[in-house]
Amino acid sequence: MLKNRIIPCLDVKNGRVVKGINFVDLQDAGDPVEQAKIYSDGGADEICFLDITASNENRDTIYDVVEKTSKKCFVPLTVGGGVRSVEDINKLLNCGADKVSINTAAVQNPEVVVESSKKFGSQCIVVAIDAKKNGDKWEIFTHGGRNNTGIDAIEFANKMEDSGAGELLVTSMDRDGTQVGYDIDLMSKISSMVNIPVIASGGVGNLDHLVDGIKLGKASAVLAASIFHYGKHSVKEAKEYLDSKGIPVRI
Amino acid sequence: MNVTIVDYNSGNISSVINSFKEVAKDKVNIEVTSDLNKIKSSDKVVLPGQGSFKSCVDALNNISGLVDTLNDFAINNKKPLLGICVGLQMFADVGYEETETKGLGWISGKVSKIDNQNGKYKLPHIGWNQLNIVKDSKIFKDIKNNSHMYFVHSYEFIPDDKNLISATTDYSSKIVCSVEKDNIFGTQFHPEKSDKIGLKIINNFISL
Repeated sequence: MLKNRIIPCLDVKNGRVVKGINFVDLQDAGDPVEQAKIYSDGGADEICFLDITASNENRDTIYDVVEKTSKKCFVPLTVGGGVRSVEDINKLLNCGADKVSINTAAVQNPEVVVESSKKFGSQCIVVAIDAKKNGDKWEIFTHGGRNNTGIDAIEFANKMEDSGAGELLVTSMDRDGTQVGYDIDLMSKISSMVNIPVIASGGVGNLDHLVDGIKLGKASAVLAASIFHYGKHSVKEAKEYLDSKGIPVRI
Repeated sequence: MNVTIVDYNSGNISSVINSFKEVAKDKVNIEVTSDLNKIKSSDKVVLPGQGSFKSCVDALNNISGLVDTLNDFAINNKKPLLGICVGLQMFADVGYEETETKGLGWISGKVSKIDNQNGKYKLPHIGWNQLNIVKDSKIFKDIKNNSHMYFVHSYEFIPDDKNLISATTDYSSKIVCSVEKDNIFGTQFHPEKSDKIGLKIINNFISL
């Protein structure tokens, strides 16, 4: 049967990992390639890089990171952050990314999703939805969570499925960085509505949150950053815990 | 020995190239080309494929003489060929993604959309699923039954002759995940993304 996926995410800035871990056997804690390799050796089902490089002149650093990682990690690699155009997607795929996640550009110009999924196939197009609760609905934020678009997240999720997205990476802006768990309502609403897989993100602080994301949030995959970064848990521990809770995982 | 990965603008093949180079090390020469003479003279060919059935078939046909060269290689000269994902699907007579499109016709059958049972199952079928090996296949040498492989697809190959199926995987139905017909091999999953076990399968193919 199809397994639920665990996806560790690394924030990369100017080609270096931000919020690094202190693995004892790591020669260079800031090297995303080495950290990705540790995750994949530890049983990560996919690796995700989020490029948070602010300045344009350092944008090319991510390409180098992706190229090196894809020569060492033989599990799927998703790369997001600052992806603006079909050409950006093409470049990342050519460097060895397997999927590209699109956030701001998907909101500003949904044609990018339509065009890129036609050109490269839906399998490599992930639309990243950053949503924040406002009253009884959720609104889409762009530019790394700084701009409120007022767009309804649920409607937008539907639209992205129709536009050709292969997966949705749904992040709750309310929960991101809080370690209090995923926004389960948001995840389950979107996941129940769309027919494409949903990756839950934002707010994981312990392993039970991963369980909730799948069982209650109905996500196909769970993404987490800090619980893995800071060495609080290994991917292997997470998988064994999910397995003990009856969630199908690849062990 | 030369192994050629056919580069016919079928989408993203970087991962296929990286994984074959990782396995080949210095023992085997990995070529990535659409040059017909190089394909003819190679010992083994890998036919990758991403995107839709139609876009891949169109891309093959766009390179003049490529389909004939592949036919010669796999059917007339019976040299080993591995199709991956849509590369496998194109073995069929016909595919129904986007519009009805003629395939290579190497293995009778069709490629149609996975039945998601009215939305009960998500599509694409993305992630790690297990191999049910139903028949010995040379590329599964030393691969344990129930090993996890990485899948990402919405369409499935349904061959007429079920005896050619070497493994299936359980999703909304038993989906064909590999076939073997004499010298022709195909995997619906992505060995290049399936961690160490995937690399082992690539090694098995290279070592044929």
